[in-house]
Amino acid sequence: MNNLMYVLTDYTFHIVALGATLLGMMSGVIGSFAVLKKQSLIGDAIAHAALPGIAITFLLTQTKSNEFLLVGALVTGLLATVCMHTMKTYSKIEVESAMSLILSTFFGLGLVLLTYIQTIPNAHQAGLDRFIFGQAATLLQSDVLLIAIMAIVSMSVIILCWKELKLVTFDTIFAQSIGISPKTISLFLSVLIVLVSIVGLQTVGVILMSALLVAPGVAARQWTHKLETMVILAGIFGGVSGGIGTLVSSLMTKIPTGPSIVLSMGIIVLISIVFAPSRGVVWRLHHSRIQQRRLAQEHILGLLYELLCQQQRVFNRHNVASMLQMKVTTQAQLYDMLRELERLRKQGFVYCENDQWTLTKRGVEYVETLYSKEEQYGTP
Amino acid sequence: MAHLEIQLIAMLVAVACSIPGTFLVLRKMTMVTDAITHTILLGIVLGFLVVQNVHSPILSISAVAMGVVTVWAIEMFTKTKQLSSDAAIGIVFPFLFSLAILLISRYTSSIHLDIDSVLLGELAFAPFHRLRLFGVDIGPLSMYTMGAIVLVNLTLVLLFFKEIKLAIFSPEIAILFGFSPTLLFYGLMTSVSLTTVGAFEAVGAILVIAFIVGPPLSAYLLTTDLKRMIWLSIGIGIWNAIIGYQFAIIFDVSIAGSMAVSTGITFMVIFCVTPKHGLLSGIYIKRQQLQKLACQTILTHVYYYGQQQTRHTANGVVSIERYIQLRQHIVRRALQQLINEGKLQCIDGYYELTIHGYETMTDY
Repeated sequence: MNNLMYVLTDYTFHIVALGATLLGMMSGVIGSFAVLKKQSLIGDAIAHAALPGIAITFLLTQTKSNEFLLVGALVTGLLATVCMHTMKTYSKIEVESAMSLILSTFFGLGLVLLTYIQTIPNAHQAGLDRFIFGQAATLLQSDVLLIAIMAIVSMSVIILCWKELKLVTFDTIFAQSIGISPKTISLFLSVLIVLVSIVGLQTVGVILMSALLVAPGVAARQWTHKLETMVILAGIFGGVSGGIGTLVSSLMTKIPTGPSIVLSMGIIVLISIVFAPSRGVVWRLHHSRIQQRRLAQEHILGLLYELLCQQQRVFNRHNVASMLQMKVTTQAQLYDMLRELERLRKQGFVYCENDQWTLTKRGVEYVETLYSKEEQYGTP
Repeated sequence: MAHLEIQLIAMLVAVACSIPGTFLVLRKMTMVTDAITHTILLGIVLGFLVVQNVHSPILSISAVAMGVVTVWAIEMFTKTKQLSSDAAIGIVFPFLFSLAILLISRYTSSIHLDIDSVLLGELAFAPFHRLRLFGVDIGPLSMYTMGAIVLVNLTLVLLFFKEIKLAIFSPEIAILFGFSPTLLFYGLMTSVSLTTVGAFEAVGAILVIAFIVGPPLSAYLLTTDLKRMIWLSIGIGIWNAIIGYQFAIIFDVSIAGSMAVSTGITFMVIFCVTPKHGLLSGIYIKRQQLQKLACQTILTHVYYYGQQQTRHTANGVVSIERYIQLRQHIVRRALQQLINEGKLQCIDGYYELTIHGYETMTDY
């Protein structure tokens, strides 16, 4: 407990937690659009492509100040986006293949440049490779200020272009027909993704950046069908996991911040995929079980009703084994049917005596309303 | 001697990667490699935590297994239909990778398990690990492991060529014939995982992606025949390895990095100049289509307004450009082409169809 109080009042923790939370929020909001447009991996490619930009800027300016390096990263990140786009437009190559090629080539170039910097006398490359794995602990007040400015700018731009973004995300062709250029909006979205990836490099590094973009969006998608809610939720999820991740890594020894943020995001995603209402795995399993049960019950009732009609006598009883055996193929299915039959008896739809079954009056009424409904609306 | 050995190892890696890479490119799932190359780290760490020995072969086995597990996890996520495959990849591999880093920094700090060397690789050190047989030094260890992987991959492809081909291009028919595309898919993924584990020790994970994607993608642009594509990508892979190595030696930089760069450059050159699917021919074809569209639009326009009262402005030499909703220079070029072809003529300051032009129009 003392430890917790100590951490919560610690200045460094404040800075890092603020930076991580802001970054999580920003990447969650922007990443939502990438997830919806099925371009989740673009952040991964761009983050890798930033490395040569950082190295080139260092070679040219000999500074290690973040602002300069990030501008370089921005340039190569955008260049990578343009390359991928060109490959997709002018040949039969898919975006995914283009992405993996661009990713490895640019990252290779980054490695070449980093090793080249090492061979230059007087150039201290040390510290540049922090971008590969990220070191949130090294975040300074100025870095957090940069993240905050980026977050404010990107949020306001998204709010300003909300309608256009929404339209292009869901109905590109309609957007084009009313004069919104999907190309411009896509490019604009790519610029935002590049920006947030570059800012995130320092905190979580090249490799984990893609999770920061994708995970909050995927998790938020599970809980809602509305874009507004989804984007806001993604922002919250991102921010929360940024904060929790930093807290966990500060409370426990030897837990790096980047992985801890990504792991807490992963847990949120898992919970969302399993437990979310109406899209979650548990809900859908439950729903499909109810459906199957209803289907089986209606099946049995229909069968009994048909037999009743054929005999033209109201309370003729039938042997259940012989009548159900014709309808099922496996033993397990037969047991299922028998269980449903028992349930129907408890509900008062069927009547049983010495394993001879028939419909009760209530059962007959139920089937007849069901059939009249089918006649009215047609069988689905 | 060391130079030759490094060169040979790099070439073997290139060959080993090209074979499964071809099928990955054709199935459009190259980003899965990106995931596998990262998550094998978790396999290594878990293996290490169990056996507590960095040199144990268990580490390699658990790494290969983790590669397959990654693919399985991605498939499971995709199967819930709640997220697309790219989103599944984007979540699964950072998650597993984070887990690996966490385990490394928490439990293995006393042992030297270097993340850098897994991801970035150092080919220059490969010749230091020698294989000794009966006390005789018979060459670097990774040369033999890579050679074995090349053999395994080649044998698998030669044995199951027909099946793989069918499963890639027409999975439904493959099911009809009675062999499961899922089984072949996991076979392919095991081969990818095996190749990655074998190769990353020598060259690092990033170069593995470059070698798996780059050469087959270049070959994909050059041919439409599967067999030729495999041979071509093997050839291109070897070429990249040689060029990249020479470059790295001259400038004294990372060998793996410069091979990745040479892979990219080779692809770019092929992409630009290839006759059917390249950048230049793509631009040329798009230009031709636009020109053709402009010609037809102008012909229709002139034909329609030729019978109207407004033909003097609508078909006017200066004002026609305002009526055609295309860029000015395209319209001008199309007009010039039509006049040269004798389909259009200029009379009293406005355009009119010639007899030849009328014939073309009525043909439509």
